[in-house]
Amino acid sequence: MKSAFIALCALVLLTSGCSRKSKQPAPLHATATGAAIVESSGGKQIGYAGMPLDQQVVVQVSDASGSGVAGAAVYFSGPSGVSFAPAAALTDSSGQVTTAVSLGQQAGRYKLTASTRDAAGKNVAVQIDEIALGYQQTVGAQLNAQFCVRCHDPESTPLRVSNMDNLSVKPHSFTEGDTLNKMSDADLVAIISHGGPALNKSPEMPPWGYTLSKNDMAALVSYIRAVADPPYQASGLIYARN
Amino acid sequence: MKNRLASLWRFFFGDSARAFGSASAILLVLLAVAPAKNHFSQWRHYQKQYLRFIRGRADAVTLERHFQPGIQQIWIPEQQVTDRCTTCHLGLKENSLADVSAVGFRKHPVIPHSLTEFGCTTCHRGQGAATTVQEAHSATEQWEQPLLPAKYIESGCGQCHLENQTGTPFLNQGRQLISRYGCTHCHTIKQPDGTNVLPDDDPPSLKHIGDKTTREWIYAWIKDPQAYAGTATMPNYHFSDDDARDISAFITAQSTPLEPPIQPVKADAKATADAAAGTTLYGQSFCASCHAMQNAAGMLVGGDVGPELTGIGTKAKPEWLQDWIANPNHYDPGTMMPHYRFDAQQVATLAGFLESKTEPDFLANLHLDPATPQQIEHGKRLALENGCASCHEINGIKKPENFAPELSRIGSKPVNQLIFVEGVEHTLPDYIGAKVRNPRAFGPSLKMPQFKFTPQQVDAVTTALLALTERAQTQPPKMRISAVQQAKYQPAGHAGQLMRDLRCLTCHMINGHGGDMAPDLTWEGTAVQRDWLIQFLKNPETLRPALIRRMPKFNLTEPEINTLTDYMMTVYQTPEFDRDSLPVTDLTPAQVEQGRQLFYSKFACQSCHIADYSKDKGYIGPGLAGTGKRFNAAWVYHWLKDPQALRPGTIEPNQHMTDDEARSLTAFLMSLKSTGSKEVMKK
Repeated sequence: MKSAFIALCALVLLTSGCSRKSKQPAPLHATATGAAIVESSGGKQIGYAGMPLDQQVVVQVSDASGSGVAGAAVYFSGPSGVSFAPAAALTDSSGQVTTAVSLGQQAGRYKLTASTRDAAGKNVAVQIDEIALGYQQTVGAQLNAQFCVRCHDPESTPLRVSNMDNLSVKPHSFTEGDTLNKMSDADLVAIISHGGPALNKSPEMPPWGYTLSKNDMAALVSYIRAVADPPYQASGLIYARN
Repeated sequence: MKNRLASLWRFFFGDSARAFGSASAILLVLLAVAPAKNHFSQWRHYQKQYLRFIRGRADAVTLERHFQPGIQQIWIPEQQVTDRCTTCHLGLKENSLADVSAVGFRKHPVIPHSLTEFGCTTCHRGQGAATTVQEAHSATEQWEQPLLPAKYIESGCGQCHLENQTGTPFLNQGRQLISRYGCTHCHTIKQPDGTNVLPDDDPPSLKHIGDKTTREWIYAWIKDPQAYAGTATMPNYHFSDDDARDISAFITAQSTPLEPPIQPVKADAKATADAAAGTTLYGQSFCASCHAMQNAAGMLVGGDVGPELTGIGTKAKPEWLQDWIANPNHYDPGTMMPHYRFDAQQVATLAGFLESKTEPDFLANLHLDPATPQQIEHGKRLALENGCASCHEINGIKKPENFAPELSRIGSKPVNQLIFVEGVEHTLPDYIGAKVRNPRAFGPSLKMPQFKFTPQQVDAVTTALLALTERAQTQPPKMRISAVQQAKYQPAGHAGQLMRDLRCLTCHMINGHGGDMAPDLTWEGTAVQRDWLIQFLKNPETLRPALIRRMPKFNLTEPEINTLTDYMMTVYQTPEFDRDSLPVTDLTPAQVEQGRQLFYSKFACQSCHIADYSKDKGYIGPGLAGTGKRFNAAWVYHWLKDPQALRPGTIEPNQHMTDDEARSLTAFLMSLKSTGSKEVMKK
């Protein structure tokens, strides 16, 4: 009897030590339903692994006629490591929900989903793509900002005027996956280090091999791969055994 | 039931032989517990899982050859690293596992260090010696050293790297914010290499503040500095109306008039102020390089070196503004603002323009009764209690020593020494973040004021603070990489005085001292021709069309220009080569022609530079149409050979030219003698 009591005590102690408080979000009480959900802003950002995105993600729920629906429940989800604040919310008067997104620890592409239910209880969802840069890509991003963007980015700002239009041969923007994905890493490194003539291209691309280190160039290539649109698929071994 | 138990007892322990046998069996089972525990341990489970995982892959043989069973350990005694993380994280070094989704088996992202050289916990924290998931990661509040969330990971780099690095933008930003917002006026931060983190904001002296502004403005400002200017550095102390009234009374009362006093505005000076001329002069003087101002569309335009001027007319007294524009050294000898040599007319125009920039709502409905001696006394006590003199010079109050807790080891502060408030997770990063975000949430009596940081800035500051660890302070000195300290260089003699008056070093770097807004002038004497320098100082032309910031015109006198030119041409010479080593007369027309070919074809210089305004469009580098008038041939030659050697960090790539090519290009460039920007205007 006594031992049973001790065992019981031990069990209670053990389980209490093991238990973890889990926080359940308060359930949402949707007052309305929409027919469609679209991304308003915040997609296709280039963020950093493990970090919050600069801009918040905004999605809008609309009815069949396309006007915003207030009070519809929107749920956000993503791969493990991604966090949303809030992860679920009701749409505001204009039919929108805004959430702050933190990407997971792994560099790469993140496919986030925002979903709501329509009147029939069916799930409608929209996919939002984001990019997380890891250490190497971050180095590449910084080098890009220092040496490359002036010519390779068509966008002009008052602080950084784009030089693209002044060139007789237009450089490729680094997001041009259609073209750049076809080039191997070795080709990219060759053109960065020896300039355009290395691949029979324009000398307006100067050689950077005497200015940047090997690691710098590898970092630039990893950045170019990270931001390519459509995404870059590394060629390599095929793993499926069957 | 009872019978059955009794029979069982008899069966096992009925006689001595049975009892001996049963006891032996129990002993054996007990003895087997330890090996069984080992066999069924968590890490073995992961290793088995890993083996199953890699056996399904095409490169199974290679991966299996790399796999080592049993507990793995990285042991680096001098860095206090005993990390067994690699027991379960098995794929860290496998290139082919880079895209695996399971964290445990994924390759470590590319970093500049080898994993075995630094271990894991140096950057990631956690309990290195543990061999279970829970104990190693210890995300619960019972553990002293939980795993660091990924967003603060750059703090790991900051333990050894005290300098800015390309790969750690957030750490760099956090450190920059700590200096920019003057955290170290109150908090001492001693770095592992013995240097102190220095603030680089420039809080004004309040000794003569009464000459500059009114008590009403001071009152409204200390109530909420950001209400006056969104970019204000000063944080919000959340003073009550009465406290703000008393502090403004004290600050005004302690102020003494400047010596010699500021002259009152002449009656006719104000009448000459016309808005269009003021806007033009503000633009021509490139005030916006340092000062921001909201434009008509409400956008903030301008630099961050000086204070925002959107509401300057509400703040500054007219006579002070005139005095300041005429010569800032009179009010503040330590200011970063140059002494423009404006004439009386220009001073009046610019002052009139700035006076018209007001923030009408800022002082609306504000009425302060004359201060009583009690209020002034109370104000002084508040100024003492809140450490106002940590940042500002104030008559009658000494700068307090160690006003706030030292932060040199804040990144290793044990969680059990922290006092948390509701809603803050019990981890050090969350504590620091919450404290930076809203210090007064930790108690209304706390003195730390409220800074206006964005969530991202809070994370950056937290990252920089988390880098200040015990480990950073105690590790072997050879591991530290110190930041380059600003040199104490000051130009000497009469020219040196002139350069101080003009605050050349606010924008230009010379011999490792100065700002980074304008080109480094350390070797300017080698680079340019004397006549060009004289012309440039007289009337600065546009050198880099892509930049907004330009060299302002200081209205220097002839003798002043000669003094500066003589000094720069004599002193700022590179020791690497002789500026007269390549006489232009040695360069032949054939070389000029060959250089032109190289410029336009092989090196395609026209992508970034303009040699001929009628056809070139390159917009990044400086215009070269006037090279023959501006530069020295030897400098051009050596620059072409290796630009980074002459000016580290310049974006012009080293093209690895041969001597002949560089010589021909130099010949071509030196043959260009157009007067630059004037040609553009003609077009």
